[in-house]
Amino acid sequence: MSEEKEPVEVLRTPVELDYTYSAGVSASRFLRAVEQGKLLGQRCPVDGRVYFPSRGSCPQHGVPIEGEPVELSDRGTIVTFSVNRVPSENIDLELPYAAIQVLLDGADTTLFHVLGECSIDDVRMGMRVEAVWRPRDEWTISMQNIRYFKPSGEPDAPFESYQEHI
Amino acid sequence: MRDVAVVAFTQSPSVRCEANRNETEILIPVIHEIKQQTGLATEDIGFICSGSSDYLAGQSFAFVAGLDAIGAWPPVSESHVEMDGAWALYEAWVKLQIEDADVALVYGFGKPSMGDLPRTMALQLDPYSVMPLWPDAVSMAALQARSCLEAGVISEREMAQVAVRDRANALNNPFAQVKGEFDVDALLAEPMLVSPLRKHDCSPISDGACAMVIAAGDRARELCERPAWIRGFEHILEPQDLGVRDLTRSRSTEIAAEKAGAHSDKIDVAEVYAPFTHQSILLERALGLGDAAVVNPSGGALAANPLMAAGLTRVGEASRRVWEGQADRAVAHATSGPCLQQNLVVVLEGN
Amino acid sequence: MAELCGIVGIGQTKHDSKRIDVSMAGLLREAAERALEDAELTWRDIDAVVIGKAPDLFEGVMMPELFLADALGGAYKPMLRVHTAGSVGGSTGIVAASLIQAGIHDRVLVAAFEKQSESNAMWALSIPMPFSVAVVAGAGGFFAPLVRGYMRRSGAPEDTGIRVAVKDRENALKNPYAHLHMEDISFDLVASSPMLWDPIRYLETCPSSDGACAMVLSSESLAAKAPTRPAWVHSTAMRSEPTMFSGRDQVMPQGILDNAEALYKKAGITNPRKEIDCAEMYVPFSWFEPMWCEGMLFAEPNEGWKMTYEGATAMDGDLPINMSGGVLSSNPIGASGLLRFAEAALQVRGQAGDHQVEGAKKALGHAYGGGSQYFSTWIVGSEKP
Repeated sequence: MSEEKEPVEVLRTPVELDYTYSAGVSASRFLRAVEQGKLLGQRCPVDGRVYFPSRGSCPQHGVPIEGEPVELSDRGTIVTFSVNRVPSENIDLELPYAAIQVLLDGADTTLFHVLGECSIDDVRMGMRVEAVWRPRDEWTISMQNIRYFKPSGEPDAPFESYQEHI
Repeated sequence: MRDVAVVAFTQSPSVRCEANRNETEILIPVIHEIKQQTGLATEDIGFICSGSSDYLAGQSFAFVAGLDAIGAWPPVSESHVEMDGAWALYEAWVKLQIEDADVALVYGFGKPSMGDLPRTMALQLDPYSVMPLWPDAVSMAALQARSCLEAGVISEREMAQVAVRDRANALNNPFAQVKGEFDVDALLAEPMLVSPLRKHDCSPISDGACAMVIAAGDRARELCERPAWIRGFEHILEPQDLGVRDLTRSRSTEIAAEKAGAHSDKIDVAEVYAPFTHQSILLERALGLGDAAVVNPSGGALAANPLMAAGLTRVGEASRRVWEGQADRAVAHATSGPCLQQNLVVVLEGN
Repeated sequence: MAELCGIVGIGQTKHDSKRIDVSMAGLLREAAERALEDAELTWRDIDAVVIGKAPDLFEGVMMPELFLADALGGAYKPMLRVHTAGSVGGSTGIVAASLIQAGIHDRVLVAAFEKQSESNAMWALSIPMPFSVAVVAGAGGFFAPLVRGYMRRSGAPEDTGIRVAVKDRENALKNPYAHLHMEDISFDLVASSPMLWDPIRYLETCPSSDGACAMVLSSESLAAKAPTRPAWVHSTAMRSEPTMFSGRDQVMPQGILDNAEALYKKAGITNPRKEIDCAEMYVPFSWFEPMWCEGMLFAEPNEGWKMTYEGATAMDGDLPINMSGGVLSSNPIGASGLLRFAEAALQVRGQAGDHQVEGAKKALGHAYGGGSQYFSTWIVGSEKP
């Protein structure tokens, strides 16, 4: 009984749980449009600002967003970005990559995406970008239908035009 | 203590699976409705507190989505408990006691249909010695029911009677999920689910949300004709290990009820959060309810069990009976953890 | 009128990347027993327990306070579990204080912890969700673009963040409980560390730690019996706002400005830079020191970096910040907020040892979380408010 054993320091208990997520009513509408290559936003009924994507309510005013969708351009402006050099098991991208916040033309909220066809030394705030879509036969109900954004070649947007979105 | 009362309550209909709506979308109309009912805007609310669970949602910080539903702007004084909304109510009640606010909004929401609920609940157990065995929630409750039956403190017939009562009461509750007229003998003829529990002994799995407004003093009287004044509010935790607890009674409910003053006068209505029939019997005893008390007029958790909202719903349903004059004195109860590990008792009065 | 709340016991663990020598219960007890010892009290003297920690997925236990009931002396007592993202440690302290201030309890144990080594926090923060494109890797991926936004707006010199990182690591050398003790810390070492999430360098980020913090809070009458001078809670504030809405200022959220205003008003403070002697703020990435100096109204908008640059926030500056080494030196996430609050209390009790600010009478504890959207703060003082 008195025989000393090594203390147990690590016990591995794999936890596997399956979840079935619902996109929700408004995200479903948005995803069905993305499946067709369309980017749909919706207006807040209080201040008319266009949410992309709409999540069913305006977080600022706490009111449902139910009006007609607004179709947006697939061009926009990088309002801010970071260059990521940290591997993550959940992200399937080659390092390093630029994670960008894009303000699409016609939208009043930004989305996170990736920058492609551009050296990471050239990425900057205010840079104008356009979406590069995957081939149509690969489209699914996902924003990954846009492979990445690439520089559009237009002149940079002035800081004042997007600074309130950072 | 400062006089604080429950003045408004709204809830979503409980359903087995909200296939189309996400949690924020379930919550939006519930919050919208309570704001309409009370005429309160975000600026009028001094404190907000919510209850929800990341593991039910299957992601970290799931409660953050709740802020989208309430319109948290200008920035709000707000907090969250990883517990049933009934404990969020407790935190809000404390906040009103220190006069930091006169009006508080409380809400709870859960969408357990997303995962495998009985299995998920195993993650509440000791991660080093118990959880690796994956005891599911129904089996844990069955162990308790068995010990109650063996000790002779309850019978299977009494358990079935609870199911018949609650499901019949639920006929008057438009938000309930399981309702109808049932016969005790017919229920007892049903097969066992996890012996000694039959299907009718177990609460359903429900998706849902609810919201409540509480207010202090004159503010409560402005917002509600007959506020449900909180006269006692206590909660007590027991050790988790089943081996060190008396499973044939709810000791923590007894202590909480005693401290909350539930025993000091007659109770007209009790809303008890019992996810299983045998637990209802133990809880009714622990609360010291007399024969005259109407138990679970809403149908209780056996009729609808939206986790993280179901406890707060008991307080809302008990308050409703006070507002409507059916009760001068009501008690509401909420529970958390395996086999009634943690229990909360609120005493509400119309005068 | 609210009752007064005194802090009569403070304890914390040695923070480390993997505390495999203790279980979750052992980790919490290490902190809680030190707090009880400091207060010369026993588990029996505690009326209620308030627990805080960040997401349950960080340890893989759902509502771990349930199985920890015994270990925390919570059996047959009231226990609350708070979770408000990264600010949770702070919020937990505030909830515990409110139980005393409301006159409900006389002695409350507040404890917060994280044992990140038991699961994978980076995974838990970036679980692949359907319907969205995963590009944001962990917290750094989220905050780096905001730091860039601050740099652009303020025109701050690019080495501001490096200076913060060096200062906090130097302070940590004086704190025996700190996770990181980097004897060789220097400007060049930080500057030459790799860019992880450009513009954030490796040595400008917080570590991932196992650790816990606990405090015993007491009513005024029982605090009078405390063996050591209590710290008194002068003011608390919490503010939250949505993660995202059109036009939301994510770099300098309204929530922190409103929080600061409410906090100082309650504490009767009109000139925070002058009246507060030192501050522990939640700075998980070095650039958040200048940002939150502005947020807590110590500096004018876009000028917070000057405080760092001029040495005002150093131990010998006029407003020392993160004397303990801060989150940059120890980051048990759920406990990080409470550690900030505890350091503020240590300072005004004169118990901070080698990292004591001489004569500190009023100190700020600050925590934030989510997408810079949850804020909790308190002011503690050596004198009763």
